[in-house]
Amino acid sequence: MSDVFHALAAPARRAILDELKERNGQTLFEICTRLTMKHGLEMSRQAISQHLDVLESAGLVVARRDGRYKFHYLDTTPLRAILERWPVRPRTEGQK
Amino acid sequence: MKIVVTSVLVDDQAKALTFYTDVLGFVKKNDIPLGESRWLTLVSPDDPNGTELLLEPDNHPAAGPFKEALRNDGIPFTSLGVDDVHREYERLKALGVRFTQPPVQMGPVTTAVFDDTCGNLIQIAETGGAS
Repeated sequence: MSDVFHALAAPARRAILDELKERNGQTLFEICTRLTMKHGLEMSRQAISQHLDVLESAGLVVARRDGRYKFHYLDTTPLRAILERWPVRPRTEGQK
Repeated sequence: MKIVVTSVLVDDQAKALTFYTDVLGFVKKNDIPLGESRWLTLVSPDDPNGTELLLEPDNHPAAGPFKEALRNDGIPFTSLGVDDVHREYERLKALGVRFTQPPVQMGPVTTAVFDDTCGNLIQIAETGGAS
């Protein structure tokens, strides 16, 4: 679970998750283009690839090959552990 | 100095000629036998005197690994201009062209990326009707 927190800690990695939420199944090239053109992030392809590795090891991104090409998919399943640990619930009586 | 010819490395010139003319819509400009291959260039039907696209054989030993590395990262070999990316996407999809990226607005431009069946990804970008 600490992997998930580490993965979410970097703004660039959160931007990658945002973009994959908008359209799931992107090549590295599309992710790089989105980060550069939409987020103004000036990062090398290698740096973005390393961010993707961190997201993959946290289970938040899954890479799948389809023929000659490799696509990256968002998987929010690891986030469930956070909600199970700290469930969303309204403030109870007596709490301010 | 000006850009007269630009090239794309293809695995089979005859197959590439079919795809780039019948599917993409370019027209043949030069077809000159050169040993075991051809000097094979295309132009846009809207601009017959414009920059030519050379369908160049990819038989150099370095070309294969280079093209594969580009494909692995989803990087287009080159970019072509169209008036309307969405319209072109629908047209090409209906002809069975495989896209790795549908039209996406990337800041000031809209782009899409497809497989040219000759070992390359090609990007199309909107030129704002300036063609």
